[in-house]
Amino acid sequence: MDEYYLGLVLVPTLIGVLAAVSCALLGNFLVLRKQSLMGDAVSHVVLPGIVVAFIATGSMAVAPMLLGAAVAALISALLIELVRNLGKVEPGAAMGVVFTALFALGVVLLEQSDTRNVHFDVEHALYGNLESLVWLDGTGLSALFDSQALADLPPQLGRLAMATVVVVLFVVFFWRQLVVSTFDPVFAQASGVPVRFIGATLISLVAVVAVTAFEAVGAIITIAMLICPAAAARLMTNRLVPQLLWSVLFAIVSAVVGFWAAGSGMELIGSGFSVSAAGMIAAVSGIILGLCACIGPQRMGALA
Amino acid sequence: MIDVSAFINAVTFNAGYNTAIVAIGAVLLGWAGGTVGTFLLLRQRSLVSDALSHATLPGVGVAFLVMASLGGTGRFLPGLLLGAAISAMIGLACVEWLTRKTRLKSDAAIGAVLSSFFGLGVVLLTVIQSLGIGRQAGIGNFLLGSTSGMLRNEAITLAVLALCVALLVFLFRRPLTLVCFDEIFARTSGINIQRTDLLLMFLVMAVTVTGLRVVGLILVVALLIIPPVAARFWTDKTNVMIVVSGAIGAISGFIGTALSASVPNFPAGPVIVLVAAVLFVISLLFAPARGVFSGLYRSRTFSNKVHMRQGLLAILRGEAIYDRDTIKVLRAKKFIRGDGTPTRTGLDAAENAAREEALWSCYLRDNPDAAYRAARMRLDPIAERLTAGEISELEKQFSSPTTVVSGSTA
Repeated sequence: MDEYYLGLVLVPTLIGVLAAVSCALLGNFLVLRKQSLMGDAVSHVVLPGIVVAFIATGSMAVAPMLLGAAVAALISALLIELVRNLGKVEPGAAMGVVFTALFALGVVLLEQSDTRNVHFDVEHALYGNLESLVWLDGTGLSALFDSQALADLPPQLGRLAMATVVVVLFVVFFWRQLVVSTFDPVFAQASGVPVRFIGATLISLVAVVAVTAFEAVGAIITIAMLICPAAAARLMTNRLVPQLLWSVLFAIVSAVVGFWAAGSGMELIGSGFSVSAAGMIAAVSGIILGLCACIGPQRMGALA
Repeated sequence: MIDVSAFINAVTFNAGYNTAIVAIGAVLLGWAGGTVGTFLLLRQRSLVSDALSHATLPGVGVAFLVMASLGGTGRFLPGLLLGAAISAMIGLACVEWLTRKTRLKSDAAIGAVLSSFFGLGVVLLTVIQSLGIGRQAGIGNFLLGSTSGMLRNEAITLAVLALCVALLVFLFRRPLTLVCFDEIFARTSGINIQRTDLLLMFLVMAVTVTGLRVVGLILVVALLIIPPVAARFWTDKTNVMIVVSGAIGAISGFIGTALSASVPNFPAGPVIVLVAAVLFVISLLFAPARGVFSGLYRSRTFSNKVHMRQGLLAILRGEAIYDRDTIKVLRAKKFIRGDGTPTRTGLDAAENAAREEALWSCYLRDNPDAAYRAARMRLDPIAERLTAGEISELEKQFSSPTTVVSGSTA
């Protein structure tokens, strides 16, 4: 059992952690900007993007899928803006119209296209299959130095690591602009910060991360990780940097505990089956938020 | 691809008993969703329904497990829906609790409840799967809905539920309308706002749970959101909006189920949502009250009126006109010739325009509070906007030498 630990447990856990951390970092800004549900909307419209890419190319190749999903996410952001301005309705309702319509389109296209020979269905898209992202050659520490075995790592690991790096770089390099345009957009605009550009980049990055994470772990983790850790962190502190650190911590804890509980945890309590790791990770992040809402020192904010 | 005769059969309720029952249910559900959704939109809480619908999943799972452990098949629909309703209420309570007791805003609370409840539901689904209790296929249908392979008593249950929900909505539409339209007036007329909001949430929950099996929990929110937003383009009046929204919902339910029954691999839920989305796009573009095209038409008409008035005043002042749009408008009416010189009728119209302009200026000087309304009115013939008495009053002022106003321009 031990020799498989690295490949069967550590690698999927690491994938989960990377997905969780990249989402959580961006989630902080979404929560502060009251745009949390953009993550929800973007994760839903990834589906039609992927289906259209599949129909256009006829293959499950990753590049066109990622491209299709990213394009769909950007189109949906534009449509939401359009409906909001033309219909003069609240942003939530505009979002609801756009993402349900596009998701429905995705499902219908999926049903109409011939996807019988490839493993792709809506359930898979929703909660992925983290457990299957294993590294079979990772049979021991020596495999870490074996280039042949390393080549066999699940490609999702590399892609998610790249997405995480991009997110970290974005947050570090645009820190001042991000902070000022989040907390005081009017002042930011007046002092020459490209507020709209920062906002659009943030949403695009959410789309990129949602797409990358979605391919690895399904939509449900993406939505949960964009919102729950950041919301929980917000209840812990009033300062932004500690909030970011808390959210990363919560994301890692959710991913590790969730993955463990879905597999080994189930064995511990004596049930002979394993459950969806993605679902468990999302549920754990919800529990963490619940705890923070009960005992978080800043749960009422500065006024309380 | 579409089988026309099958479609006609479905539209005329001849495609089999089950399909007819489901279609009736979908129409009632669509109407109830559109109507309740209007109240939800007006209370600015549309996306609460998203949290509610995702929060039903763990309830469905628990209900299945409980019923299976009691020796049943676990597929008993009323039991599953009861479980869904209970966990939806718990989810709603969590959203309320997070927004009241913590500093989190409603969007974060909705997203958090939505994703963690859904995650828990997925965990329960996989538990059910690995338990291998036969026929768990019925559970997957709650995600995206399905009408094919629905048992007869399931269809009847759903239609009856939809009928009850529609009746409830019909009964309570008065207090709900009042609260959405004018909260303060509603309060002074003795309506308990909190209780009405609670009632609204109960109705939303009822629509969601009833729609789960047909439309699926991911898309059922569309029944509550798309029709009212589409209806918004047709009218500015709450009462009319409620009716239009209900109609759009009902039509979507009807056409959606008919299409799904007549085209292979056309799942009912997403198709109903797509029909609603098509109706939404039509409303967005073509609705006379606030649609894109009517808006363009109105602004075009207004700008033509401005060009006409300015052009005529310029003619009277003997100025040359350079603006191309102005020339086009004047030429269309034959007020100027090809070389730009005014015609006889053009001169008449110009004098008339100057008189109108002067009368309006008088009127606005006397009634400064009418300025906002008059900004658009003053380009129309004054006789259409003011009474004959008012005009003769203005003309009297106009003829007295002290109050002559030099022709100001619009």
